[in-house]
Amino acid sequence: MERVPLERKVLNENARIAAELRARFAEHNVLCLNLISSPGSGKTSLLERTLESFAPSERVAVLTGDIQTENDAMRLARFGFPVKQITTGGTCHLDARMIERALADWPLENMDLLLIENVGNLVCPSSYDLGEAAKIVVLSVAEGEDKPLKYPSIFFKSELLVLNKIDLLPYVPFDMAAAEANARKVHAEIEIVRVSCQTRDGLGGWLRWLQGKRRAGTAVAASSS
Amino acid sequence: MHEMGIANSVLESVRTEAQRFPGRHIYKVGVRIGELAGVDPDAMRFCFEALVRDTDLEPLALDVDYRPRRHACQACGQSFLPRLEDLTCPQCGGADSRFIEGDELELAYLEVEDGACAAGT
Repeated sequence: MERVPLERKVLNENARIAAELRARFAEHNVLCLNLISSPGSGKTSLLERTLESFAPSERVAVLTGDIQTENDAMRLARFGFPVKQITTGGTCHLDARMIERALADWPLENMDLLLIENVGNLVCPSSYDLGEAAKIVVLSVAEGEDKPLKYPSIFFKSELLVLNKIDLLPYVPFDMAAAEANARKVHAEIEIVRVSCQTRDGLGGWLRWLQGKRRAGTAVAASSS
Repeated sequence: MHEMGIANSVLESVRTEAQRFPGRHIYKVGVRIGELAGVDPDAMRFCFEALVRDTDLEPLALDVDYRPRRHACQACGQSFLPRLEDLTCPQCGGADSRFIEGDELELAYLEVEDGACAAGT
C-alpha cells in the first residue's frame, strides 16, 4: 500500500470560488459581510434598521438566504436598495457558488457594501467561506448565555458579536456578562455590540462598527492603489 | 447537519485523485478535522459510510485525525491545549495566548493499492 499525501482543504472547490469572489470584491472596493445566527435571532431586523439608516444614495445591496420563502427579501426590499433572495431548497447554509450565481447579474461597479444574511443556523454556515471580509454572529438574549461555548466554531470565526433583543433583558434569565465572557473564552479578540432592533437602543454602536469597517476597507484600497 | 455535503466533497476529491492512479484501488482517505471546524467526526463517519456503500469506491475507509484546539503562550512560547474555563499557560501561568491549531478541515492523505510501476514513470 502506498500512502500519498494530499494536504489541501476538504472544501477545495468552495475555497477556490470564495477566493475569486474575495479578489473581485477587493478589485471593486466592495465590503462584503456575512451575517450568521440561529433562526429568529434578528438578522433581518438588524438589516432593516441598518438599511433605514442609509441615505438613498448609498451603494448597498443585500443577499438573503433561506431554505424557503421570499419573505425576508420582501421585508428588506421596501428600503429601496437592491435585495435578492437565495432560496436553498433545503440546504442549511449558503456556499460560495450560490453567492457567485446571485451576483452574476449584479455589477459590482455599482456597489460599496454587500450584506449577506446567511440561512438561520449556528453550525453549518461557519464552515463555508463566502469571500466575505468578516463574519458577524448575531445572538439574541432569548437564547442563553452559553451559546458561544456550545457552538464555538462560529464565535471563533466571527469578528463581531451582535447581542440583540436587549429590550427583553427584564423578562429573560440572560446573564450578559457571562455571555460576553463566554464569547471571549472562545475568541479573545471578538468585538461586541449590544442592540435592540425594537427600541433601537445600541444601534449607534453597530452602525459605528460598520462605518469603521467601511472606512478601513477604503483606506486599504487607497493605500494599495 | 452539513456533514453529508462535506463527506461528499471528500469523495469527489477521492474520485478526482483516483485518475492519477489508473487501475489501482484507493483503500483509505485521511482527513484532518479541527475542534473548531464545525464538523462532527461521528456524523462525518456515518455520512461517509452511507455514501460509499454499494458504490465502486468500496472498500474505502475514512481515517479522521481530530485536532483539538491548541494555543501558544505569548510569554514563554509553550504550546498547550487550553480548557475554556482556564486559558492560562500551564508552564508559566501567562494569561496571554494565541490560537495556533484546531480549525482545519483538510485532506491529509490517500492509501493507494501498490501499482506495477510508480506513478508518473
